[in-house]
Amino acid sequence: MTRYILNRLGQSAVILVLVSLIGFVVLNLAPGGPLSQFALTPGMSQAELDRIAEQLGLNRPLLVQYIDWFSRLFIGDWGRSFRDGQSVLAIIAGHLPATLLLMGTSTLVSILIGTWVGVMGAVRRYSVFDTLATVGAMVALSIPTFWFGLVAIYLFSLNLKWLPAGSMYTIGDQSIGDYAIHLILPVMVLAFVNVAIWSRYMRSATLEVIDQDFVRTARAKGLPYRRVLIHHIVRNALLPMITLAGLQLPTILGGALVTETVFTWPGMGRLFLDSIGYSDYPVIMGILMFSAILVLLGNLMADLLVGLADPRVRLG
Amino acid sequence: MSANITVSDLSVSFRSARGYVPVVHGISFSIRPGETLALVGESGSGKSVTSMAIMKLLAPAPMTRIEGRAVVTDNQGNPVDLVALDEKQLRHIRGNRIAMIFQEPLTSLNPVHTVGDQIAEAIRFHERLSKAEARRRALSLLEQVGIPEPAKRLDTYPHELSGGMRQRVMIAIALAMEPDILIADEPTTALDVTVQAQILGLLRDLQRKKGMAILFITHNFGVVAEIADRVMVMYAGRIVEEGSVLHVLSSPRMPYTRGLLASVPRLEHAGLGQAELGTIPGYVPDPAAPPAGCAFHPRCAHNKPGICDVEPPELVEVRAGHQLRCSRWQELCLEGGVR
Repeated sequence: MTRYILNRLGQSAVILVLVSLIGFVVLNLAPGGPLSQFALTPGMSQAELDRIAEQLGLNRPLLVQYIDWFSRLFIGDWGRSFRDGQSVLAIIAGHLPATLLLMGTSTLVSILIGTWVGVMGAVRRYSVFDTLATVGAMVALSIPTFWFGLVAIYLFSLNLKWLPAGSMYTIGDQSIGDYAIHLILPVMVLAFVNVAIWSRYMRSATLEVIDQDFVRTARAKGLPYRRVLIHHIVRNALLPMITLAGLQLPTILGGALVTETVFTWPGMGRLFLDSIGYSDYPVIMGILMFSAILVLLGNLMADLLVGLADPRVRLG
Repeated sequence: MSANITVSDLSVSFRSARGYVPVVHGISFSIRPGETLALVGESGSGKSVTSMAIMKLLAPAPMTRIEGRAVVTDNQGNPVDLVALDEKQLRHIRGNRIAMIFQEPLTSLNPVHTVGDQIAEAIRFHERLSKAEARRRALSLLEQVGIPEPAKRLDTYPHELSGGMRQRVMIAIALAMEPDILIADEPTTALDVTVQAQILGLLRDLQRKKGMAILFITHNFGVVAEIADRVMVMYAGRIVEEGSVLHVLSSPRMPYTRGLLASVPRLEHAGLGQAELGTIPGYVPDPAAPPAGCAFHPRCAHNKPGICDVEPPELVEVRAGHQLRCSRWQELCLEGGVR
């Protein structure tokens, strides 16, 4: 088991090197670059620009820049933001709680509702409920998130004035209730799509289990309906969902670009978008590496969990 | 009532795009305590549907339609008709008064629960028991079905056992509440021949001890001879011949039964090639478009146009306890020449 985990971590290291290299190259190939930001400042001379480039180390060859940046990762120095000189790790740590709150809540809500909708749809296949859930999922998946977010703000915030239009808290309040009220709209928008996705997967996973011989055996034993459903059908249908949930880890911590932007939520998604706007390479690379690590960790965790939940799976 | 189960006029239809298609037509039989009735027929003859209809394990009402009666004794000793019960009432009978084992023991056991849990579960939902007590009962059941080192096996998962061991676990689950009736749907078909003999021996043994009635579904006449007291041959959803194993196996009267028996490979015919192995030409008819008259006539070597393809034959008693369904059985008997 330990050996298996070490093996997987070794593979992950190789993947991380590749991801960082590709990311670094692509980023530097993009037109513009950090210096063009400074060039916009009125009265900026070429000599001053050269000095800035030297200060930030941008005048060195690309390969040297990369090796310098990559080797510093290991001593916990992920670089400093071009914008305000703050350390990249500190910036990420500063934006993480907001994203964790938003994405954690919405993922939890989505998984709970999506699982329930999926199981019920499969158990009562082609019923009115199932048909409505199917049509609803298609609608949810077809509506762009930004549009749905704006409509939600227009309806619940501008017209009905029930909920705040954005940001995470009211300045000066910041009670739990205040956070909760600010959470409702963005969580709703995120859950709308994720419930759709989750329920479709859960429905087909349940349908695959529902006609299996062991379900017939469970019924032949005289077990109550709920016991057959939860202990035999859902328990087995959830196995493939573990892998899917593992893939959610990067989104839970990586944030939602569109939703965070629409609702001015101070999370990772907006940080990423802002950093791209400012060509803040160290922060962009930091977020890229952070997401890559999360993808790899999420996958590893999912595989370990499947090994725990399914006695037929042997890791190693 | 002396029989453990009495099925009368049981019919099953499945819903299709063009209305209900009947797959089982008015089957009646009863099984006494300690008796084994074999239900024999080709794939698609309706034998499994019959057993699943009795257990009410088929898709629910609008998808399937079940008519007739299947009367067993409930926990209070009163007769109940399974066909008329709803799911809630059924669950106290299923796994308790009437239990079932299936063809494929690997897929019939839940892969993510231990063998011990799956047996204990069959007890705990019929009797108020502590977990420890249910586990003790599961252990004793594993012992009864002849699993070596039962204490160790309690915590194993189905995929860690051999096919024969898995089927023993299935039997342990079925016998957990000492049912009056055991339905065995081809329980040995997926097993090696030697293991098959062991499982049959075990079932016979347990039946002798507990006195349960067994409905044994198979397409294998060797197995019938081994375990059954009476045999019922099914074709296209109808019983076509029924009688004691001795009568039916040694002097079958219905041409279909004869065809089935002739298609059993025999050791003494080794080396003679295909010539000695009889086959029945054609296939079981489509339930949605059954032939007129006798359902078997298109495949029957003794088909007589004008008789067999006109009037569907009734089930007639040809001697005490031996019934069959053939319009020409008397002629064929006189000719003595049914192949």
